[in-house]
Amino acid sequence: MRLLINKIFLLLSITSSIIGLSFLAWILITLFIKGFSSFHLSLFMNDLIDGGLRNLLIGQIILASLASLIGIPIGITAGIYIQEYGRGKYSHLIRDLSDIMMSAPSIVIGAFVYAIVVVPSGGTSGFAGAIALAIMLTPVVIITTDNMLSLIPKELREAGIAIGASKYKVILHIVMRSAKVGIMTGILLAFARIVGETAPLLFTSETSNYLSLNLSDSFPSLTVSIYELANEPEASSRDLAWAASLILTLLVLFINLSSRYILRNKK
Amino acid sequence: MILNRLNIEKNFQNISLISASLVFVLIFSIFITLFVSAAPAINEFGLDFIIDSDWNKRAIATDNLHKEKGIFSKNHLEVQRYSIKDINDINADNDKDMMIDVDETNTKTIYGGLVPIVGTILTTLIALIFSLPIAMGIAVFLAEIAPKHISNIVGVAIELLAAIPSIIFGMWGLYYFAPMITKFFGGYQVSLLTAGLVLGVMILPFIASLTRDSMKTTPNVLKESAYALGATKFEVIKDIIFPYSRVGIIGSIILALGRALGETMAVAFLIGSVFVLPSALTKPTISIPVAMANNFGGASGLGESSLFYLTLILFAISFSIISFAKFFFLKRA
Repeated sequence: MRLLINKIFLLLSITSSIIGLSFLAWILITLFIKGFSSFHLSLFMNDLIDGGLRNLLIGQIILASLASLIGIPIGITAGIYIQEYGRGKYSHLIRDLSDIMMSAPSIVIGAFVYAIVVVPSGGTSGFAGAIALAIMLTPVVIITTDNMLSLIPKELREAGIAIGASKYKVILHIVMRSAKVGIMTGILLAFARIVGETAPLLFTSETSNYLSLNLSDSFPSLTVSIYELANEPEASSRDLAWAASLILTLLVLFINLSSRYILRNKK
Repeated sequence: MILNRLNIEKNFQNISLISASLVFVLIFSIFITLFVSAAPAINEFGLDFIIDSDWNKRAIATDNLHKEKGIFSKNHLEVQRYSIKDINDINADNDKDMMIDVDETNTKTIYGGLVPIVGTILTTLIALIFSLPIAMGIAVFLAEIAPKHISNIVGVAIELLAAIPSIIFGMWGLYYFAPMITKFFGGYQVSLLTAGLVLGVMILPFIASLTRDSMKTTPNVLKESAYALGATKFEVIKDIIFPYSRVGIIGSIILALGRALGETMAVAFLIGSVFVLPSALTKPTISIPVAMANNFGGASGLGESSLFYLTLILFAISFSIISFAKFFFLKRA
């Protein structure tokens, strides 16, 4: 009887894993079938106005890269503060708040940036979109840096101090150097996450049909355009949305897998 | 030279302090900004906003109403609000008369947040009920049952599921998952049920990997002693691992709940986006993030402010839930 219950339990557990994996397979297969049927190299040549995706891809990557440019330095220095300088309550508070911000609803961040950037500046802009994504990214970088620095043995820091290096030198040249790969992996994962975000961009960057790379104007965004295209009645728009989704997912999964690969090789 | 070094040291420390403090400033300013943007709606509707199920309903200024129909009105509000009972009292053509009688200047628009609030809570609950058993099964499989190399591969696959952008879940859900669900349960393809289930698929990897991590913290000594006493795998998991990692598991479930509440894009494709309380699980309705995503663009004035009110409520709820999970269940060593 006990053995029977055990068998049933194991079977249920394996079944759940198969269900989980089949969701992944189902989504990927759907994407490949629908995406490839409307995939064409000219998608990379033309802008959305001519039925292509070139401007959207470039725009999305620029938005995410700008966000990284803002978010990574802030995130890393904040992580350094928490782990290396901060002692006690304030440091704990910042760590907990970053943890909370990591799970904050992305639409709330979109609304916040709309209120503080879009309204005062008079309209949606690429800059506002990048800020919204940077707010999504920064807490992830903070937590990653914090976690990775905490893995560095204390003796390494003490050795640095003992040979007379000042603290910032110890941090930059010894601690950060040892934690580099881990932090970079975390940043890549965070980048993969924000590059696929839609909600924070809906009312900040919006999207554009043209290759308009003026940051003070509505900015082409792949994800926002997918949302718009998928809701249009024409089949051709939806086909384009599927092709765009395939490209986006491949990009995200590629970054995700390669960062895991880098981390594993390090270990 | 030494002075210079001290200067750099000081500056570097200050910069890192400022960066860290930005997080605090950010959260504080999100609350303030949302509150200020929501202020007109908060002043207008107060806390009744939460229990009012009408969105974008035209109503008549009170002074006009008294002489016209003499319907019960709440005098502390400038506008007449109808509870459901009141609406039943007024028959259809009374209603029509009013619309004709009253000129534009005396009408006001009422916004109530009950429908999106209920929609948000219900989709999250459906998602949790659906994903919890599966996620637990996966976590047990990854932590205890599978051989190491299989566990690694399946683990990465499950985490890849979490990496897929939410908009992809939405499209797949609308065109492939929902039609299958409606085959079994009937009803509409865009509904509370389909939105909740797709949301469940989204939080599945999240709960599974966090639960696996908590389960792995169980000391081997405990497990081995139980096996030595002749316990089966099921008994070890039920009586040793679950009790040991219970706190962490509950924490990750609450964390997943907090995340699911704020999910926008996947739900936007599937919930139907109508401001109607659903009479059944298979009927369409709306959630707070979706109300934002789909109505914010065209909104202005009180409508926009009411959407900010909803967003403030969402942020406050998810902030409290996530902090609750953090402080009571997931405290770091």
